Amino acid sequence: MNKPLLEVEDLWVRFASKKRVVEAVRGISFSVGRERVGIVGESGSGKSMTGRSILRLVRHPGQVDAKKIHFDGQDLQALSEKEMRDVRGHKISLVMQDPKFSLNPVMKVGDQISEAYRVHTNASKAEARSRSIEMLNAVQIRNPERVYDSYPHEVSGGMGQRIMIAMMLIPEPDLLIADEPTSALDVTVQRRVLQIMDKLVQERGMGLIFISHDLNLVASFCDRVIIMYGGRIVETCRADELQNAKHPYTRGLLNALPDIHQPKDQLSVLERDPKWIEDPSVDAFL
Amino acid sequence: MPSSENTMPKDMPIALNIQNLNVYFGEGHEKFRAVKDVSISVAAGGSYGLVGESGSGKSTVLRAVSGLVTNWDGTIAVNGETISKKREMSYCRTIQMVFQDPYASLHPRHSIDRTLSEPLRLHKFDNIDDRVNQALVDVGLGTSFRFRYPHQLSGGQRQRVAIARALMLEPEILLLDEPTSALDVSVQAEILNLLSDIRKKRQLTYILVTHDLAVVAHMCDEIAVMSHGEIVEVMDVQTMRDSKPQHEYTRELLEASEGYQAEA
Repeated sequence: MNKPLLEVEDLWVRFASKKRVVEAVRGISFSVGRERVGIVGESGSGKSMTGRSILRLVRHPGQVDAKKIHFDGQDLQALSEKEMRDVRGHKISLVMQDPKFSLNPVMKVGDQISEAYRVHTNASKAEARSRSIEMLNAVQIRNPERVYDSYPHEVSGGMGQRIMIAMMLIPEPDLLIADEPTSALDVTVQRRVLQIMDKLVQERGMGLIFISHDLNLVASFCDRVIIMYGGRIVETCRADELQNAKHPYTRGLLNALPDIHQPKDQLSVLERDPKWIEDPSVDAFL
Repeated sequence: MPSSENTMPKDMPIALNIQNLNVYFGEGHEKFRAVKDVSISVAAGGSYGLVGESGSGKSTVLRAVSGLVTNWDGTIAVNGETISKKREMSYCRTIQMVFQDPYASLHPRHSIDRTLSEPLRLHKFDNIDDRVNQALVDVGLGTSFRFRYPHQLSGGQRQRVAIARALMLEPEILLLDEPTSALDVSVQAEILNLLSDIRKKRQLTYILVTHDLAVVAHMCDEIAVMSHGEIVEVMDVQTMRDSKPQHEYTRELLEASEGYQAEA
């Protein structure tokens, strides 16, 4: 593939308390090109923190250290907070898991989407409105004019998530970090949302980091997969080869899944090996 | 919509029989029928799955059976006896429920001991001490968990406590409302194994509500698919494994569970 859009080397995220330091992400290195990269892992594996640390969204007392976080040739760690605001949304967008907490409850949905557009372009209000409605249409919201003028509490969870996605896509970012974007959605809507993201990758050459716990979905949707455990990358492979993964953790996860077509008497239970935590992180470069 | 045919094995008695169940929310002109003419029957010792997307009314069916929603009509019969709106104490001993979110379904300021012994006291059981200990061993936690609080437990451990609580009154029927959807896949496997073991050991009847078709295929013999408050299809597990459903909607669900396919 082409040259990487995002390069991350030796990334650490630490949370220090009085008693001890919790290391959420422990020295991982990876790169993302104009492709779909899936990050899978269980809760607490550090996958969400990885996404947040790229945009410098890890809150105090969390601390992010890395040898290198380069985006499109630009050193993100060297940017001031003001310059960082220009990167967020415009160049790199983040879709978070829960729309309930990521939309402003006292602002109309449409105004929030227009704002995202106007902050990064010089568009007029009317232009932003028509563009927003277009975007709402694109994420399959029926009656977008009505939704434009509603407040977040007036829309359902699935619709809220689609609104978030519309908002993140309207500034046309080069890289989209999607943190469990579809886990709250119905299957039919989920498919539609994935199609929209897929199209942006294929047609506009957007890069996508798709954070998820759903192995089947990642295997079928992404180009490459990064598997995280205990803050480290334990394995990386092409998505269509995930079924042949070698690491015992990945194998364990795959075997723990019930299968529609092959009935099993008992599901195999994952036996965790303490060695996995100690093993060095695998580099996931292009 | 056609209501489900009774395709139960003839030799087993029916543990739960629901006929033309309607559940309503709201009042007056805002009255909304969330469940429409749902009929299912579950044989004793059977395991019945209800699948559907969010808002399809699948959880509401369980809530009507357990008495958590009261505005319903139709017939619900347990072991051949039609139940009234007002539930008897003895009814709780027959049917218990396990909820979706183990982070929300346990009282945060009650110890595990209190959570488990409360139903026993209400129903005037004897040997409360032994029963609580035994219940903890049965769900694979061990007695050392007895005096802990929910915040000291992981999600999987909490769900084990929730299952133990449901089993305290020795029910015959267990209603499971998305029991693993808040858990990681490795923990999900443990909980599903536990539920299968308990069912075998105690000959329980399960009604499992989930949106995950793989889970329902693993756990259930017969499956009803719900959409917009109605049952659109009832099939046995083999039909599902062979991907030969009758209804368009079921086909769509099955396809989506296979993962993502680029636009056709």
